[in-house]
Amino acid sequence: MLRIACPWCGERDEAEFRYRGDASVQRPAADAGLDAFFASVFERDNPKGWHREWWQHAQGCRRFIKVVRHTVTHEIAAIGKPEDDPAVPE
Amino acid sequence: MSGFRLPAGGRIDRARVLPFDFDGRRYQGFAGDTLASALLANGVRLVGRSFKYHRPRGVLSLANHDVNAMVTDGISPNLRADGLPLCAGMRLLAVNTFGSLHSDRARVIDKLARFLPVGFYYKTFFRPKWTFPHWERLIRRISGLGQLNFQAARPVSAKRYDFADVLVIGAGPAGLAAAVCAGRAGARVILVDENAQAGGSLTYARPAGEAAATAAELLAALAAQANVEVRTATFAAGYYADHWVPLVDAGNITKVRAKAVVVATGVFEQPAVFRNNDLPGVMLASAAQRLIHRYAVQPMREAVVLTANEEGYAAALDLLDAGVRIQAVIDLTRTGEKCPAALEVAQRGVRILLEHCIVEAHAAGDGSGVKAVSVAPWNGSGMAAGARETIACDGVAMSVGFAPATALLHQAGAHMRYEELPGQFVPVQLPEGVFAAGRVNGVYDLADRMRDGERAAWLALAHIGLGTHVPAEAARARRAVSHPFPFVEHARGKNFIDFDEDLQLADFYNAAQEGFDNIELLKRYTTVGMGPSQGKHSNMNAVRILAHILKQPIDSVGTTTARPFFHPVPLGHLAGRGFHPVRRTALHARHQQLDAVFMEAGMWLRPEYYARSGKSKAELVREEAKAVRTGAGLIDVGTLGKIELSGADAGELLERVYTGRFRNMKPGTTRYGIMLDEAGVVIDDGVIGRLAEHKFYFTTTTTGSATVYRELQRLITMWGLRAGIVNLTGACAAINLAGPSARTILAQLADFDVGENAFPYLALREGTIAGMPARLMRVGFVGELGFEIHMPSEHAPALWDLLMRAGASHGIRPFGVEAQRLLRLEKGHIIIGQDTDGLTTPFEAALEWAVKMDKPFFVGQRSLQVLHKQPLRQKLAGFMLERDFNATPPKECHLVIRDGQIAGRVTSIGWSEALGRHFGLVFLAPDLAKEGMRFLIRVDGGAMVEAQVVSTPFYDPQGLRQKALDPAPAAMQAVSA
Repeated sequence: MLRIACPWCGERDEAEFRYRGDASVQRPAADAGLDAFFASVFERDNPKGWHREWWQHAQGCRRFIKVVRHTVTHEIAAIGKPEDDPAVPE
Repeated sequence: MSGFRLPAGGRIDRARVLPFDFDGRRYQGFAGDTLASALLANGVRLVGRSFKYHRPRGVLSLANHDVNAMVTDGISPNLRADGLPLCAGMRLLAVNTFGSLHSDRARVIDKLARFLPVGFYYKTFFRPKWTFPHWERLIRRISGLGQLNFQAARPVSAKRYDFADVLVIGAGPAGLAAAVCAGRAGARVILVDENAQAGGSLTYARPAGEAAATAAELLAALAAQANVEVRTATFAAGYYADHWVPLVDAGNITKVRAKAVVVATGVFEQPAVFRNNDLPGVMLASAAQRLIHRYAVQPMREAVVLTANEEGYAAALDLLDAGVRIQAVIDLTRTGEKCPAALEVAQRGVRILLEHCIVEAHAAGDGSGVKAVSVAPWNGSGMAAGARETIACDGVAMSVGFAPATALLHQAGAHMRYEELPGQFVPVQLPEGVFAAGRVNGVYDLADRMRDGERAAWLALAHIGLGTHVPAEAARARRAVSHPFPFVEHARGKNFIDFDEDLQLADFYNAAQEGFDNIELLKRYTTVGMGPSQGKHSNMNAVRILAHILKQPIDSVGTTTARPFFHPVPLGHLAGRGFHPVRRTALHARHQQLDAVFMEAGMWLRPEYYARSGKSKAELVREEAKAVRTGAGLIDVGTLGKIELSGADAGELLERVYTGRFRNMKPGTTRYGIMLDEAGVVIDDGVIGRLAEHKFYFTTTTTGSATVYRELQRLITMWGLRAGIVNLTGACAAINLAGPSARTILAQLADFDVGENAFPYLALREGTIAGMPARLMRVGFVGELGFEIHMPSEHAPALWDLLMRAGASHGIRPFGVEAQRLLRLEKGHIIIGQDTDGLTTPFEAALEWAVKMDKPFFVGQRSLQVLHKQPLRQKLAGFMLERDFNATPPKECHLVIRDGQIAGRVTSIGWSEALGRHFGLVFLAPDLAKEGMRFLIRVDGGAMVEAQVVSTPFYDPQGLRQKALDPAPAAMQAVSA
């Protein structure tokens, strides 16, 4: 069980949040090829290490946040608002 | 009380005598006893039967994880006798016996043991294959633990939550010192210990009087601190990220979030391995000391002490003080030459055999346990030449080493290293905020352990910003505490490593020989450490054996993974209260008054139909549907998702998330819309109404409301749109008034014009009804003239009553979900999630008309462009059975079969009064989904039913009725919610 610092509400238990997907996925431009679109819809990396994620404070302010989490240690390196671009450690 | 009870001492209340039954016999114990100590006080040495061979077993460790003595009270299947506080009137039975404990019929298996080596059932019982289930059942019955009682009442235990600055696990000398230190610095401290009393080894180690005084002093210091809470008879079940530790006691789980954790969990004493080392009477030295000092029970009369460390000599002195005659001390090492306790033992006239081992224990003829041991010289890792000797005794106390209780440290991510001195794994790198202290950290001498606890507390305080003191390094023991190889081979085996699983020394050699020579493979093949104690008394020895076989250092062999839980947690604790929330609509009480039969729809309770005495469900559903078709009906649709959307980009958002066109909608109108995901799958539908230029009100499906609301929030955020949404699902109620008389009824109550010209089909109006504010939409879901009336929930019951009264003369009738499903099916309207699944595209669901592919963008559009070029996988179509069909009709999900292959599936089916036959919707292979095609549905029992594809809607294809008989162009399709 993690502690996640919501940028709006402060530190809360993981149980208040829901994971909402890979935040590194970018929607390709409208004229991008089919392969790029396919990849953005269906293909996800399963990295061992740092991972940018969308989380939602579902049982709190209901807002979406970006979280940089380590998939092995669960360590959280950075948390940002949707418009932020939290840095991923080396 | 006679038997083995010492005349004085112990932490028992001799004034409170507790009678209890064990295995059909009556005994007495004292308050403060555990079942195990009370049985031994009564001279009962045989307390259980082993897992596989049904060998007689006695108390081994008495440290709360002793699986030799597992009992059941008829409800809880596997209680540990050594951790079970004695209560008056207890009636307990040993688990895994056939007949009684003494004459267990399965004890014959022990004689067959040499035919049942590790892995025997993998190799033996699979040929011929059909016999395996038989063997499996037999093996499962014979080998095993307690049985579940399915008649027992469901235990209900609430989950609790707590917080601590510093959580200290283990209330031995190190843990107590840590708690005192952290408490004095002002931290909120929780100190937890699995034993009934705090103190750890201070409650049984020598010198007992001094140790007890030290414990009392530390506990008094803790009691003086209001910020320190001590929880005994509670164990830490696991370590989870960010210092999240569930504490489990007899009644509950408490989930504790700590800022720092001090692990002072101590060690588990480990058994020596020699032939018949599992006989009743052979026990760990610390078990003997616990018996003496905690329970005032003499562990045996005539003892042999097997040792390899100073602790064994201290235990020998305790035995002497308790009046036990020690026949000999067998020392695997030469420790006895120099340690002060050994000198005292020798002075008291006890014979000490240095560099000797026990080769074998001998069983008494009556099966009650050990009667003698054979000893021989020992060279450090094997038997040496020299004379053997047999020594009579009725008990053996073993002290050859300890394994640290590192499960929580491993779970926290600590790195461990094996140290030759003291002969155990010690933490070398700990995760942030986790600290180890005491014997689990390799610190053995009492004063050092207490200092180590303080050291860990100071580090924890610094971690949470409550202190700056930098303590000295831990003083780890530099003496041989644990023997590297206390194993004596024997040609006839029965030298047990794992008492849980009846694993012998030879099993490990065999496993390694067969290639399972990695510690994880060895564990899985032999099942070592997979029994109820999870290897607390066997894993370390397994590692030592493998290192010996591979001739590798213990460090490179490593350990297996210690997963949660540390100790079995009752399933009732994990299940908690069994919370199953339901949502009730604002009209729930009205439905109850009308004898509604409720069904679950998502989290909601909805009327399925309204019961009337003497009538079947089918009849009533038909009557309710008929009322809607001929007069008027009323249905609570308050479970629909209801969302209000506003902002400059509100129209833009709808344009992007729904497949239809919304930008050009005029205020005061509604449109049906479907929503796709990025893969082009239909995920929801609803009616979108425009209230004003920048304000919309729309509905979603009942089950989709939470998802749609969340997804819209996400997309608004993602796209940075100037739009806000409010979820009114709970705040608003909704009633659909439908039927030819709907307008007449509504006109009596509405404070505005509901005439066809003022309020045409698909219009949206805001106004008051009998003074109550409402939003109304002209919809046609059930295929009749209909008004969906949305209003604040608090007005719903009053409005319902008014409508019922106003409609009485028109035969108004409330209808439930079943009738609504039938009515919409007659119109061929799909229900998302019933007539679609997780892969259905609009092309398959025949919803192309609702998709505007020429829009610049909507979610799923790109996928649809791709899918459009591919052949259709299946197509939703209407079907009817023959008019004279009178057998059992197909059900939803029955398959369409063509040439022995699946060619489709029924998604909805019903019986139509209007059509006079069964009809429904079906997914079909595209070449079958053409009007007039015939196909076969396989029903329950395998019979085939013929059906024919027909066009939809089945009823009123021109949609004249929902448009209130307005002559409409034939091309105009029925559009609805």
